[in-house]
Amino acid sequence: MEAILAWIADNQQMIYIVILMIFVGIEVIGHVPSVLHTPLMSGANAIHGVVIIGAIIVMGKAEPHNYVALILGFLAVVVGTLNVVGGFVVTDRMLEMFKGKKKSSK
Amino acid sequence: MELSILTLCYLVGSVTFIIGLKMLSNPSSARNGNLLAAAGMTIAIIGTIFLYEEDGKKLGNYPWIFGGILIGGIIGTLAAKKVKMTAMPEMVSMFNGMGGACAALISAVEFDHIYQANKTLDFGNMADFIPAGHYLTIIAGAIIGSVSFAGSMIAWGKLSGKIKDMSFSGQHIVNLLVLLLVLVAGVFTYQYNVGFSHILFYTTVALALLYGVFFVMPIGGADMPVVISLLNSFTGVAAACGGFLYNNKVMLTGGILVGAAGTLLTILMCKAMNRSLKNVLIGSFGGSTASGGGAKKDQGAYKEITLSDTAVIMSYAHKVMIVPGYGLAVAQAQHACHELEKLLESKGVEVKYAIHPVAGRMPGHMNVLLAEADVSYDKLLEMEQANDEFATTDVVLVLGANDVVNPAAKTDTASPIYGMPILDVELAKNVIVNKRSMKPGYAGIENDLFFQPKTSMLFGDAKKVLQDLIGEIKNI
Repeated sequence: MEAILAWIADNQQMIYIVILMIFVGIEVIGHVPSVLHTPLMSGANAIHGVVIIGAIIVMGKAEPHNYVALILGFLAVVVGTLNVVGGFVVTDRMLEMFKGKKKSSK
Repeated sequence: MELSILTLCYLVGSVTFIIGLKMLSNPSSARNGNLLAAAGMTIAIIGTIFLYEEDGKKLGNYPWIFGGILIGGIIGTLAAKKVKMTAMPEMVSMFNGMGGACAALISAVEFDHIYQANKTLDFGNMADFIPAGHYLTIIAGAIIGSVSFAGSMIAWGKLSGKIKDMSFSGQHIVNLLVLLLVLVAGVFTYQYNVGFSHILFYTTVALALLYGVFFVMPIGGADMPVVISLLNSFTGVAAACGGFLYNNKVMLTGGILVGAAGTLLTILMCKAMNRSLKNVLIGSFGGSTASGGGAKKDQGAYKEITLSDTAVIMSYAHKVMIVPGYGLAVAQAQHACHELEKLLESKGVEVKYAIHPVAGRMPGHMNVLLAEADVSYDKLLEMEQANDEFATTDVVLVLGANDVVNPAAKTDTASPIYGMPILDVELAKNVIVNKRSMKPGYAGIENDLFFQPKTSMLFGDAKKVLQDLIGEIKNI
């Protein structure tokens, strides 16, 4: 119990962020039309690719002869980048079509 | 100074994520929203590489970092550019899995770090020298990331047709047991002799992977979008665990934002299908329940129609409504479909499209496809509008759609799709259904519509049928 309270006290800033972000996340996409569900899911998918930052930190901190850390970290950077780059490019491709549609309707 | 700049980078990143997500939920600003979030991400990544320091030490191993980013970037761009529009859902699932794997790998490295530092003291438990909160973020990232990775890979396999639905009786109980084992192993890693902790840690990860597989395996392919969206929010939470681990606010903001928005999106998707999330996750489609839905009933005979008859009916109609479905996507028939629309319009026929919110494999799938073929936006009717117009429609052409026009959803309480809103195509004067065969659709249930007197079947691949149909109409 004490450990939990101490942890909350140590991380109060972070916990505030978590709570506020839950509300922001719900508020922000509350009125999305069903047409946009797929691109929105894809866009959100790219945003959680922010986990790549953790991978970069892990990679950058690894000691030169710790091969386990180096290899796992390297893999983490590769797959993290895949998530970010692939996610944004796929979303852009989907949305590009929505734009084309507007031009043709003029 | 440098650290303050990094903080600013993270702040900019967090704000662009929120604004980007907001813009993504509006059709006119969506594309810019995506680019804005991408820009924010780039700033945060570059800032991390060059400015991050821990205990006064900068990051090293630049060749590894840049090598990894280069490889991931090239593969990611190529894969995302080359993928066919029809395979988009699989691709999203695949990228989502990569994010989950990334979170799990980070946890594995952090764990290894602790283990290597403490393994010589092979008396005492990990609990004796690592604070519970710190361990919790590591193990949570590992478990959630692994579940998300394994689940996304199965979802990817199912959508691309590589993996078939599989379920056995009592699977829910087995799933719960596996989940319980994951948690127990997770706790043991922390509470047991540190000399064994690495074995226990990898056992936890392996069990979490297994759980991910078991979790998605019994869920029918038609429900995959919902599952992907759910796994998407899982990965968000896993990324947020990393945020806790490194006290990194941009990871936390991005992760939780996606976690919350993804969960809501999952619920919205379920609502579009008029089903509860619990129903999707537990009431596994396709398996044993499907046979309850009228499959054994005597359906009577169906009626086939020739191409030339179809051509005649359509060119003398006043109003034609096209109902696209997954069959259109598979056959890549969207361009042929647009051509047919133009041809009919030139003959004075009014052509519109009725878009069911979950037609295809993902909500909005049809809109994306038809937009690719330059079909104009005002021709696409949403379900409610379309249902108002079916009564005045002469011909409905159903192109590879099945479950979204199945009247059993309204009439048959035993049907697994009972309660899902559908397109009321049977209100129209004629219904022509193009399918490859009489096989049931994705939900694995028979469709009474095909046996109704006003329905005629036009078998064949959607693209080929449409092209032939265009030829026939031109000849009239």
